[in-house]
Amino acid sequence: MPITDKLHVAPSPHVRGTVSTARLMWTVVATLAPAAAWSVYLFGLPALTVIVATVACCAAGEALCQLAMKKPISLKDGSAVLTGLILALTLPPGLPLWICAIGSVVAVIVAKGVFGGLGQNLFNPAMTGRVFLLIAFPGPLTRWLVPRGTGDTLFGHPVTAYDATGKMVEVSANNVDVITGATPLGLLTEKGTAAVAALSDQSAVFFGQVNGSLGETSALLLLLGGLVLLWRRVITWHIPVSFLGTVALFAAITNAIDSTAFAGAPFHLFTGGVMIGAWFMATDYVTSPMHATGKLIFGAGCGILTMAIRLWAGYPEGVSFAVLLMNATVPLLDNYFRPKKFGFQRLTRQEG
Amino acid sequence: MKAVTFSGGIHPSYNKDLSSAVTTRPLDPPEEIVIPLSQHIGAPARTCVEKGDEVLIGQPVGDAGGFVSSVIHSSVSGKVKGVEPRAGAVGTEVNSVVIENDGQDRTVDFSGLGDDWRSAETSELKDRIQQAGLVGMGGAAFPTHVKLSPPDDKPIDAVILNGAECEPYLTADHRLMLEHPADVITGLSIVMKILGASQGFVGVEVNKPDALEALREASADSGITVVPLQVKYPQGAEKQLIDACLKRQVPSGGLPMDVGVVVQNVGTAAAITDAVVRGRPLYERILTVTGAGVAEPANLVVRMGTPVAHAIDACGGVRGELGKLVLGGPMMGFAQYTDQVPVTKGTSGILLLEKSAVDTREPDPCIRCGRCARACPMRIIPADIAAFSARQMYERAEEYDALDCIECGSCAFGCPSRIGLVQHIRLAKAAIMAQRRKGN
Repeated sequence: MPITDKLHVAPSPHVRGTVSTARLMWTVVATLAPAAAWSVYLFGLPALTVIVATVACCAAGEALCQLAMKKPISLKDGSAVLTGLILALTLPPGLPLWICAIGSVVAVIVAKGVFGGLGQNLFNPAMTGRVFLLIAFPGPLTRWLVPRGTGDTLFGHPVTAYDATGKMVEVSANNVDVITGATPLGLLTEKGTAAVAALSDQSAVFFGQVNGSLGETSALLLLLGGLVLLWRRVITWHIPVSFLGTVALFAAITNAIDSTAFAGAPFHLFTGGVMIGAWFMATDYVTSPMHATGKLIFGAGCGILTMAIRLWAGYPEGVSFAVLLMNATVPLLDNYFRPKKFGFQRLTRQEG
Repeated sequence: MKAVTFSGGIHPSYNKDLSSAVTTRPLDPPEEIVIPLSQHIGAPARTCVEKGDEVLIGQPVGDAGGFVSSVIHSSVSGKVKGVEPRAGAVGTEVNSVVIENDGQDRTVDFSGLGDDWRSAETSELKDRIQQAGLVGMGGAAFPTHVKLSPPDDKPIDAVILNGAECEPYLTADHRLMLEHPADVITGLSIVMKILGASQGFVGVEVNKPDALEALREASADSGITVVPLQVKYPQGAEKQLIDACLKRQVPSGGLPMDVGVVVQNVGTAAAITDAVVRGRPLYERILTVTGAGVAEPANLVVRMGTPVAHAIDACGGVRGELGKLVLGGPMMGFAQYTDQVPVTKGTSGILLLEKSAVDTREPDPCIRCGRCARACPMRIIPADIAAFSARQMYERAEEYDALDCIECGSCAFGCPSRIGLVQHIRLAKAAIMAQRRKGN
């Protein structure tokens, strides 16, 4: 008769929704998977090894941090795997595995673990790892393998071949190990709009028949992945729309002023890291603002900084720098742009 | 008329199909009834019977302990066995009158005003409501006569009845509106007369089309507007209901009367009709016994003081392995440690959740996803307030408007990290109020 000892007593609410941190993280991983698979198709084993290395190292690094902090190991929540995958997608295929490992350590241990783990980090872990590598190893980080099916030239520019010892050889030689070529953004920075004129008319950059970081190749697959995140309500529209919108506007204006010096909006939207940055990096919950107005400002800031770096700074690409710089503004944005609460102002009485 | 709503909120699984088609039936009271002397917000009632006294149905066993208090009546005829502390609905023991039911169901003389209420003095109507022991029956149990006595500088022009029944599972209000629509409308008319209000509304979520229809018929030519509301939790929260019906926002820290509105639950309105027209005090109420943990979910008319175990037995008993026993709905109800707690005036439902529905995992860290803030109908930031509260930073919690929280649970419902946002905020609110009392 007494059911008393079976009863669980806890405060309300007594029912919960089905959203969980793990489900959110794995959804993002799944939406990135097509772009990752595409990179493996384009670049083959050198792409796959980078992905496997960063994911494995990030997972190991996270577990190590949690062991050291005597916290439960939470690899199942997918956040370390996601960091590893995003990091891989920002790196060039064929990057030596030890460099991948260093990037992973910086990402999950230096940028995340030492801040206290999930939810505590100020800066996007994957972006921190990538920027660290870019500054520490500029050579390997800017050696771009050409995609499958490339001949002697890529986008009308000659490619470069190396043998296994790293010596430059003829493309037609039989001891060729890797073939590299400049990325569209690299060409733009070095040689101006004329060098990429051919690209602007082609759909290669949109569909992804280009070289670059693993995740810079197919704007289409990234866009589709991002739309799935929107549809599944993993993210809201604010950051991607303001990020991409700002980039498009910035490019359109500069292009209208001087089309020989500046490429147009489609080129800037579909090349480099803008697509993956706007949908997958700038939308990282932990390191982006929580509320709508802050998100819009954050996205616009990312867009402006990206374009400023692309057009006037030494680096051909600026997404990761832009996101990191804007990460630093998040506490400020969250503090100043809170939602207007209910009943904040007394409304005038309406008769009727 | 297009369905209206508020901003924010959530869409939980409603699970109302379990009981919404089950016609209400009276539950025979058990041999022993336990009537708590505190079934309402405010001072407990003062007992006015002693051990050995004979009591009748509708006879007061507790007098109001002040203005903000309520009379409490016997719900059975029989003999008082004693006045002693018994388990109450919020986890503490409450002084209660224990009555042995003689099974005769003898009542005091109920003499109501009938249709003469229309010509009665406002003060008499209010007095009858007070003497009938009416409190808000949606769950908060605030004494009704207090709500009907706004200060002179707060004129009331609109009365809204809350028939949203936005809590998942519960169907008691639905059945009431369907089976007794005229009582609901009459109760609203009485309240409007007392307050001198020109406008009357009944807000009902559109998932109860039959209730909407019944109320529309009952209110024809009465000047009362039946308002269809979008199905969204917490549509029935007072401030959100006013916002939806009238586009008036109760100012932060204010009360509905600050925007000229009084809100009553539809159950309270029907009870007002009972009290004024029929002279019957509040000694029984409709409630829903439901959830996957009960064999035959039902809507029952239950005498106050009936142990919930008795009501559960009447619905075929527990099914499967029971996890939680909740009084009220799943979003704002109270989990019980015993099935011996009595049904009181504020008990809208008895919810039995299976063991598999109970989540005892530790929360994950906050990932700042912002879902809580988007779900919050008061548009405050639950994650921030909870974080301040967890660090005992109550002044910061106050700056972030912790006191505006209505504890609806929308934030915690959608939190992917399963953080107990509501209890953190409750803790902060209690600490802030304690600090304020100390300051005064």
